[in-house]
Amino acid sequence: MSQTVIQQDVAETDTMFDVELRKVFKVYNGETAVRNIDLNIRQGEFFSILGPSGCGKTTTLRMIAGFEEPTGGEVLIRGQSMANVPPYKRPVNTVFQSYALFGHMSVWDNVAFGLRLKDCPKSELQQRVGESLELVKMDSLARRFPAQLSGGQQQRVALARALVNRPTVVLLDEPLGALDLKLRKEMQLELTTLHRDLGVTFVMVTHDQEEALSLSDRIAVMNIGKIEQIGTPTEIYEQPCTAFIADFIGDTNLMPAELATLQGETVEATTRSGLKIWVKPQALFKENPTREVLVSIRPEKIQLGSTDSSEIANRYDGTLKHVMYLGNHTHYQVELPSGDVITVFQTNRSSEQLKPGMPIQIYWSASDSLALPV
Amino acid sequence: MTLTSPNPNLAEPAIPGWQRTLRKLLQPVILLGPSGLWLLLLLVFPTLLILELSLIPGARLGNPPGPYGIGNYIEIFKPVYLQVIWRSLYFALGTTLFCLLLGFPVAYWIALKAPSRWRNLLLVGFILPLWTSSLLRAYAWITILRPSGLLNSLLGFFGLPGQEWLNRTPAVFIGMTYSYLPYMVLILYASLEKLDRRLLEAASDLGATQQQSFWRVTVPQTMPGIAAGGLLVLIATLGDFAVPELLGGASSMTVSRLIYNQFLGATRNWGLGSSISMILILGVSISIALLLKYGDRDAI
Repeated sequence: MSQTVIQQDVAETDTMFDVELRKVFKVYNGETAVRNIDLNIRQGEFFSILGPSGCGKTTTLRMIAGFEEPTGGEVLIRGQSMANVPPYKRPVNTVFQSYALFGHMSVWDNVAFGLRLKDCPKSELQQRVGESLELVKMDSLARRFPAQLSGGQQQRVALARALVNRPTVVLLDEPLGALDLKLRKEMQLELTTLHRDLGVTFVMVTHDQEEALSLSDRIAVMNIGKIEQIGTPTEIYEQPCTAFIADFIGDTNLMPAELATLQGETVEATTRSGLKIWVKPQALFKENPTREVLVSIRPEKIQLGSTDSSEIANRYDGTLKHVMYLGNHTHYQVELPSGDVITVFQTNRSSEQLKPGMPIQIYWSASDSLALPV
Repeated sequence: MTLTSPNPNLAEPAIPGWQRTLRKLLQPVILLGPSGLWLLLLLVFPTLLILELSLIPGARLGNPPGPYGIGNYIEIFKPVYLQVIWRSLYFALGTTLFCLLLGFPVAYWIALKAPSRWRNLLLVGFILPLWTSSLLRAYAWITILRPSGLLNSLLGFFGLPGQEWLNRTPAVFIGMTYSYLPYMVLILYASLEKLDRRLLEAASDLGATQQQSFWRVTVPQTMPGIAAGGLLVLIATLGDFAVPELLGGASSMTVSRLIYNQFLGATRNWGLGSSISMILILGVSISIALLLKYGDRDAI
């Protein structure tokens, strides 16, 4: 953990930041929406702010856009302080959750809106609007009005309207939230393609963990106004810093436990029910030993059946309680003699049918069980 | 047996088909009949009567004989009458414009800028004058505008010479604008209040200053409300009688006064009065049609 932090610092010194938040604080009617956020978003990065509703992620985005002024702290874009800079003077453009297209204007006029305000020469305007609409494959519908478009098409127009201004940063507020699943997958792919081709910094707010994991270069996970972790999708998923993240992103088996003293690389944790689990503690616990922890084991890291490998520290006998068949994989619930119920995900490779009530063995390695602060 | 419905009344008795058909036929008659009869007696019938009067001078109403056929309509084109029609239009359009110019900033401020808990109170404050009779309000203006009235006293206080206000065009505009401004404010407010604030944010995000987003987003987005308010005030002012009569005097004769004169005044030409009425009804009907087509229906 400390290693990754150091690596990040090294990388940060020679990368230019497009967006910097320094100790940003926001209070609404006496309630704190955002607490002391520090955030550095690199040039050209696809950065996501992920969190449940009400965690302050949209407020954070709105402070970057300039719709909200921070109560305390500072927002910088390309090193320039944005204090008292109104939204219309900021080099950012937003794709709104509701798209916020102008209903009284055609698709073409919606996209041309920003350029017309900047008194862009007519020939350049024609070319840029045309290019932007082509980019999002909406050039054939340029004369339509927003009310005549489907949700997905409106989304594309909203994207073109933001991109045509060539902003330093594109802000996306739950951009795919209103689309149905299939269309969302399609647009996700197009968003990544657009981001790669344009090389513009994207900052996206989402509550959809899958979307954040699949699209982003880095993710900041927010909870109750604070950033709990910043990292790559792999770091966030494989090495969550807190139980909240382990639970919010993906699924996990969480058990309160007490740590014994460290023996080599691993340590034994005892759950309240008396179950002993070998865990690989993170750097945090080596430096600052706390005994009360939450043990987190991802259901897909657990195997069904028996193993002879001496490297597997955790093996248990149990009874299969529930089987939920989901097509490409199956969820199992295994009850251990201690009374703990462990969820296990297995991909469906064989057609072997396991029935509830059967005795079963489960195992996982110590490095797959994380000890997280309570 | 235990499975029977707990309330036997719930079971609907079978109704013969013909009875159901009869019901279907009777339902609109029962529901719409009373109000339909009311409209027929007090709106459709009188209108038809006026149409008849304008075309065929009938002895049955005891009116003195006048020109026959469409002569009454040709008569309207005499400069004397055209001038009155033109003046009415001028008053109506002018008042509509003044109401719009004065009402929009007020409605805009109440809907978008005023603290939300004050909004209803401010609106009630604007509607309050509507609860007194329009005649009473016109008389109130007379006391303000007459030679020794409040306005001239105020001018005198600042050392300015008093003016003749009453029985002139400005007085009519002042009185009518005052009378219809609340309607305009209410309708514009309803339209502005619906305005999606996110559109203003989007405009600002795309580089529009407040002024630019006002002209490029707020005004076009509230156009249906502007149309509704404008047409409603236009319709009301076209037929207004009391205010121009009391504040404008004889030199400011409007269509309503002209019609009145034809029926009850010295001239007594019912045929001409009816033809002018028909023209007024036509003008108002066209305005209403426009209102229904282009106006913001929610705001009305």
